[in-house]
Amino acid sequence: MTQVSMRVDGVSYTDEVEPRTLLVHHLREALGKVGTVVGCDTSNCGACTVHLDGQAVKSCTVFAVQADGAEVTTIEGIGSQGDLHPVQKAFHEMHGLQCGFCTPGMIMASIDLLKENPNPSETEVREGIEGNLCRCTGYQNIVRAVQQAAGEMSGSSDTLGAQA
Amino acid sequence: MIPAAFEYARPTSVDEALQAVAEGGEDVKIMAGGQSLIPVMRLRLAAPSTVVDLGRVAEMRGVRDDGDALVIGAMTTHAEVITDPLVAQHAKLIAEATETVADRQTRRRGTFGGALAHADPAGDLPAVALALDAEMVVAGPNGRRTVPASEFFVDYLTTTLDEGEILVEIRVPKLAGDWGVRYEKFNRVAQAWSIVAVAAAVRRENGHIAEARIGLTNMGPTPLRASATEAALNGAAASPDAVAAAARSAAEGTSPSSDLNAQADYREHLAQVLTRRAVTAAAGL
Ligand SMILES: Cc1cc2nc3c(=O)[nH]c(=O)nc-3n(C[C@H](O)[C@H](O)[C@H](O)COP(=O)(O)OP(=O)(O)OC[C@H]3O[C@@H](n4cnc5c(N)ncnc54)[C@H](O)[C@@H]3O)c2cc1C
Ligand code: FES
Ligand code: FES
Repeated sequence: MTQVSMRVDGVSYTDEVEPRTLLVHHLREALGKVGTVVGCDTSNCGACTVHLDGQAVKSCTVFAVQADGAEVTTIEGIGSQGDLHPVQKAFHEMHGLQCGFCTPGMIMASIDLLKENPNPSETEVREGIEGNLCRCTGYQNIVRAVQQAAGEMSGSSDTLGAQA
Repeated sequence: MIPAAFEYARPTSVDEALQAVAEGGEDVKIMAGGQSLIPVMRLRLAAPSTVVDLGRVAEMRGVRDDGDALVIGAMTTHAEVITDPLVAQHAKLIAEATETVADRQTRRRGTFGGALAHADPAGDLPAVALALDAEMVVAGPNGRRTVPASEFFVDYLTTTLDEGEILVEIRVPKLAGDWGVRYEKFNRVAQAWSIVAVAAAVRRENGHIAEARIGLTNMGPTPLRASATEAALNGAAASPDAVAAAARSAAEGTSPSSDLNAQADYREHLAQVLTRRAVTAAAGL
């Protein structure tokens, strides 16, 4: 067993883990962060996406020991019931989900994309979230949601300016 | 699935890493970004007894200018390579190819050195390293040696790296003169590996092609140079017709496999088409 410490959604944890423990299993099983899900066995689906030191990664393809000393943000740490993150709000409003299984990963990948490119074109959104698979929506509304969130996040001052 | 249990070592220098690898015995595995290793461990296709994680070896990360060459640390991530100003200036072909690798999340963890050491025939970066005449700096128990890319890739998933050796950094000669570059990748779905891809660097001089370097991805168990096309382009007119004619020999000397994605003859066809496109774009035509 190896000792690991990490801050997850703003709270510090220190635990003993087996080196083979995947970060996603540590988050779900040891820390109860079950908002992050596992959708595949092949590092393809992106459902498990979290931010590791601010960058989107597939938490099923990182060992918990590699995250020792890191800051982890999961879908549970970006907003709250009454105060959703703009990307969460946009997925809700634009119907960017059906079964919802891909949604935690889609949202975490989208936030990462928007940080790098605050105003992505449709193609840039599709390429930006290519690491996330959705079996329900056909992606159309997911792309719309990301673009709506982009407008709200980067353009909020523009919108206010336009109204004034 | 959950990987089989292993011992974990996390060195912070190349010397410590070499020692950890030596102590790890026969079943030791080096881990860089883990983006190829962890998936195969999850499927239990690999079950090393010890994993040596290079993630904290700071000296292996980053890009530096070394006169006529660029030196890229093996642990530099794909995402770092894509945004690095030195790479953009002196080795744009690497950045262009790296942008096509996997997806945003995988590029945040996967490394340049890991992709070369892994030596997957469908991997995008070996052919680029070969086209740019890169050199691999390898550290082992008896010191360091430098291996040209043309000798580094030996077979399917196999390099000249011996047991106990670590790929430390990659020296990429800067392109001097008026070069254009292009990476043309053919695949069918998001985050997919290349069915075939072509890396081209072309130097133009007075309306002619003075030099062309062409690397082929997935046209055999190792990356290959399209030597016949390179020779045909040497001194050729920089015209679409001349490029198209030269590209017809792109698959000469290759030995592509047949698999679920493509038959060998289709790959040969793709190599010609993609070579024409890549050289045309690199030559600015
Ligand atoms: C969903 C997905 C899609 C992908 N698509 C593509 C793609 O389209 N194109 C592409 O090129 N790649 C693709 N990859 C692979 C990706 O580029 C990997 O990052 C890369 O192949 C391996 O890099 P790594 O740093 O993760 O190495 P690791 O997985 O850590 O290691 C890979 C192998 O190399 C050895 N190794 C690593 N570093 C060293 C070193 N410094 N010295 C000695 N040995 C070393 C390891 O022992 C291991 O055997 C994909 C991966 C995933 C998960
Ligand atoms: S669970 Fe599918 S990529 Fe992580
Ligand atoms: S909403 Fe069901 S997988 Fe995306």
